[in-house]
Amino acid sequence: MKTPIQFHLNGEEVAAFVESGANLLDTLRESVGDLSVKGGCWQGTCGACTVLIDGVPRVSCVTLAETCAGKSVETVAGLRHGPDLHPLQHAFMERFAAQCGYCTPGMLMAAKALLDRNPSPTRADVVDALCGNVCRCTGYEPIIEAVLDAARSDNRRRA
Amino acid sequence: MLEFRKDIFADERDDNLIEIGQPTARQDILGHVTGTSPYYDDHRFGNLLHLKILRSPHAHARIRSIDDSAAARAPGVKRIIRAADVPVNLNTLLSLIQFGKDDEPSLASDVVRYKGEPILGIVATSERAALEAMALVRISYDQLPAVFDVEEALKPGAPSVNATYPKNTFEYYGKYDHQKLRFGEVEQAFKQADIVLEDRYQMSPIEHAPIETNGSITVPDTNGRFVVYTSTQALFFSLDTSAKINAMQSNQLHFIGGTVGGGFGGKVDTMTEPLCILAARLTGAPVRYRFSRHEEMQFGSPRGAERIYVKDGVMKDGRIVARLVRAYFDSGAYTRLSSYAVVKCVAHIPGPYTIPNVHADVFCVFTNRTPATAMRGFGVTALDFALECQMDKLAVAVGMDPLEFRILNAYRDGDMKAHRREAKNCALIECAQVTAEKANWPLRDEFRRMSSRQGGGAARTGGPDRTRAPAIAPAVAPPAAVPQRVAYERPTPVAAPPKAPPSPSPQGGPPPSAPSPAGSSHGAPRFSSVFGTRRR
Amino acid sequence: MAKHRGRGVATINYPIGMNLGGDPSQALVHSNPSGKFTVALSSIDLGQGMKSVTRQICAETLGVPVEDVYVDTADSDTGPHCMGSFASRGTHRVGNAVMTAAREARGVMLEAAAEELEVDPGDLETDGKGFIRVKGAPHRSISVRDVAIAAQFRQGKTISGRGIFLVPLSDVDPETGEMSPATCYAHACLIAEVEVDDETGEITVLKMTSTYEIGRAINPKLVEQQLVGGSWMGMSHALYETPEPYYPDTRNGPRDFNEYLMPGPGDICPHDIIVLERPAPDGPFGAKGPGEMCANPVLPAVANAVFNAVGVRINDLPITPEKVLRALKARGGSSATNGRTR
Repeated sequence: MKTPIQFHLNGEEVAAFVESGANLLDTLRESVGDLSVKGGCWQGTCGACTVLIDGVPRVSCVTLAETCAGKSVETVAGLRHGPDLHPLQHAFMERFAAQCGYCTPGMLMAAKALLDRNPSPTRADVVDALCGNVCRCTGYEPIIEAVLDAARSDNRRRA
Repeated sequence: MLEFRKDIFADERDDNLIEIGQPTARQDILGHVTGTSPYYDDHRFGNLLHLKILRSPHAHARIRSIDDSAAARAPGVKRIIRAADVPVNLNTLLSLIQFGKDDEPSLASDVVRYKGEPILGIVATSERAALEAMALVRISYDQLPAVFDVEEALKPGAPSVNATYPKNTFEYYGKYDHQKLRFGEVEQAFKQADIVLEDRYQMSPIEHAPIETNGSITVPDTNGRFVVYTSTQALFFSLDTSAKINAMQSNQLHFIGGTVGGGFGGKVDTMTEPLCILAARLTGAPVRYRFSRHEEMQFGSPRGAERIYVKDGVMKDGRIVARLVRAYFDSGAYTRLSSYAVVKCVAHIPGPYTIPNVHADVFCVFTNRTPATAMRGFGVTALDFALECQMDKLAVAVGMDPLEFRILNAYRDGDMKAHRREAKNCALIECAQVTAEKANWPLRDEFRRMSSRQGGGAARTGGPDRTRAPAIAPAVAPPAAVPQRVAYERPTPVAAPPKAPPSPSPQGGPPPSAPSPAGSSHGAPRFSSVFGTRRR
Repeated sequence: MAKHRGRGVATINYPIGMNLGGDPSQALVHSNPSGKFTVALSSIDLGQGMKSVTRQICAETLGVPVEDVYVDTADSDTGPHCMGSFASRGTHRVGNAVMTAAREARGVMLEAAAEELEVDPGDLETDGKGFIRVKGAPHRSISVRDVAIAAQFRQGKTISGRGIFLVPLSDVDPETGEMSPATCYAHACLIAEVEVDDETGEITVLKMTSTYEIGRAINPKLVEQQLVGGSWMGMSHALYETPEPYYPDTRNGPRDFNEYLMPGPGDICPHDIIVLERPAPDGPFGAKGPGEMCANPVLPAVANAVFNAVGVRINDLPITPEKVLRALKARGGSSATNGRTR
């Protein structure tokens, strides 16, 4: 027996029928059609599926879809404003902070959550925010630098 | 973080290039940061079915009976795939290049040889339905003695792991259970060496752990073809392996991939496509076979463990005069690519050093664990660990600085290598010198002046007659120089006159060697006309 | 109880391409009606940058800006055969195949331009900005776009090319191991500095300094990606990861990323990298391939650094705190090997 749920995805209202016990990752990819969220372990241990739920980074593979009813979910598909990329996306591109790209959506969302609550993070703050996201390709350094770059450019824009 | 030393080897380069050398943005970076790069699983089909594999819980057992009747009736289950359903249920990956004998089933039928070996496929409307049905399958096993240690596996009386290779080693050239390297006379050299040092090294298996697991989706297409979206690292390799196992023509398969979420060697073995295609053929529906993370961690093939014994003879002045290596590759239950890695390992011995006497025996051994495969540095990584630890120990033994010791023994242009080819285009010495300078590691002047381009030659390995192992006539004459490309073209600069490109090496190589009777018995169709038959 | 610092070094080389050769790759290059080029491959980009490297090689060879080249891969219907992405073969083998294909396409392009400009093709050069002009008389020029239109619609020429690169398969002597494993090798030296805690056995990698000789850096940022990412993986191999922690005992194997240990973003260290280029005579613009070798030197350099720090040799990977403590206990405590840290 499926349950209907409604929630906000990247600012738009979406609806889905979900099996009891369905997780948010599968709901987003299979029911709603947002393929920008990636699944790496389906056990909540790699962070690839990180999305923001009411601004808080969560691993969507072990988040029950039903608990998202009425909430605001953000995925990487919603990062850009029309044609304009988010400063984080610009920074990742400039810093070559992705190789295979599979961890990138989760990294970007974890980084966005950080910058939304702390616009001037230290390197240690960035490391702490990203330590739940596994990357096998880059060695993390360019990702950390990209997040710091994005914070600096964001602040310059606002100044 | 990264800087260039363009001054070094500048006389061998023409740096007048436009696009080459530019830090151009990656073609795929925009897709990566917007989550739009298309991995194999980023394709949706309305009636997608899911294939899950029931795997052996035992390392070594005979299957006495399988009762899948309850599973077949379970809700959501469309098809059970059994060993008898697989058209060609015995394969080895390198049969595509005629190397080795078929030894691995896609689905085990009588014996399971590693924990995790696939036995049944369950195709259902959801992963959950497939897994719930899997729990209803009843299999009874007679457990068999298992062997997990490579040297134990080679002892007489050890349990036989692989039916195709009952003595637990791959067969080389139809007569040897290992690959040999013989250059000079090590035993004599050990007697003359001032210090002899031997040690044992062990590298455990490594899991590739890409963030995207292995997987594929097969979709029945029009005209009887099948489209396969895949995470493979080798498109045609996987296509042809899948065609062989499914007894299909290669042009019935349309493989699409090219954007992979990390591989590192773990996505060459074509672990999902053959059964995924079979499931689509048997159900007429699109099917996805996706490794869970647990499957990827424990049943996806790892970098195989390697045990390496190194014995070196060194003189007090720092020259290494003899190196003997005995190494065992733990291939797990089946060959896959380990047979090839053994030869690559032998080719790498004794490392980038000129040593006049080198002896190696390297084995591909079967044990009752997950079959191993290629991983970043295949055949070389563990050996480099052993050799470079050994170099350090030798340096300490002769009282020399470890970097100076390496520079002394480093190969130079013109030196003879243990596999009887001339060293060319060397640069080990320069790498050592530049790193030492950057890291403030003091080197004596004599070593800072050495060069890869000076001091090399056949005399360093005892003269031209040292290239032949004594008393054994060579099986083949050494081939002529490998075909070399002519100098590359580049746009002519407007202002300065063009610099002469590096002089081209002789074009054309030896004619391909005549095919000799192949050692393999699989009868696999040749998948490319460019391969002759290997003499193995 | 103390923390001890030490430095260790490793020098290595790495063979480029599949061992013994016999691993071909093919490429097709063609222009659309307005002078934009597509490279059709079946080669795989796993993140190492296959699409980007081949794009730059194609653009350089054709003599057009990289923005006018797009690499399409991987589709077995449209991309010609490639052996695959492994064995550090991509840049070398696929790059060479792309060069050959691009060279043929360039030849047709210059012929078509020569016909339009009424000169000999040998009198022409590309400016790398989308124009073809007469050498010494740059005002006499034509855009690649106009050449493509003329070639297709008036001259009946196809601006396209095919390429294959194959290192012929080598035999192996069963008795001596004589063989031709590879046509070129890359090189590296890496120094690792570590700190070892003699009470917990934990090892922290503080700094890495390395030099890599890779023939030709097609794109320095892609090279950097490989060398930085690879050294991280090397550190992980040396100190952290294995699916069989008690090999050859198969029990207690990790099942997820909580149990499979790898260094996180807080465990990385600064890494100074220097790149040398000694072109391989048969490499595309001399390029070799850094993709695999970049993890290798870290393993022994770290092991050697541990010895320099606390005087124990660990010959089994990964070098866990447990192994360090057992070794220290066996020798009766730690000691820096010679009193000075290099």
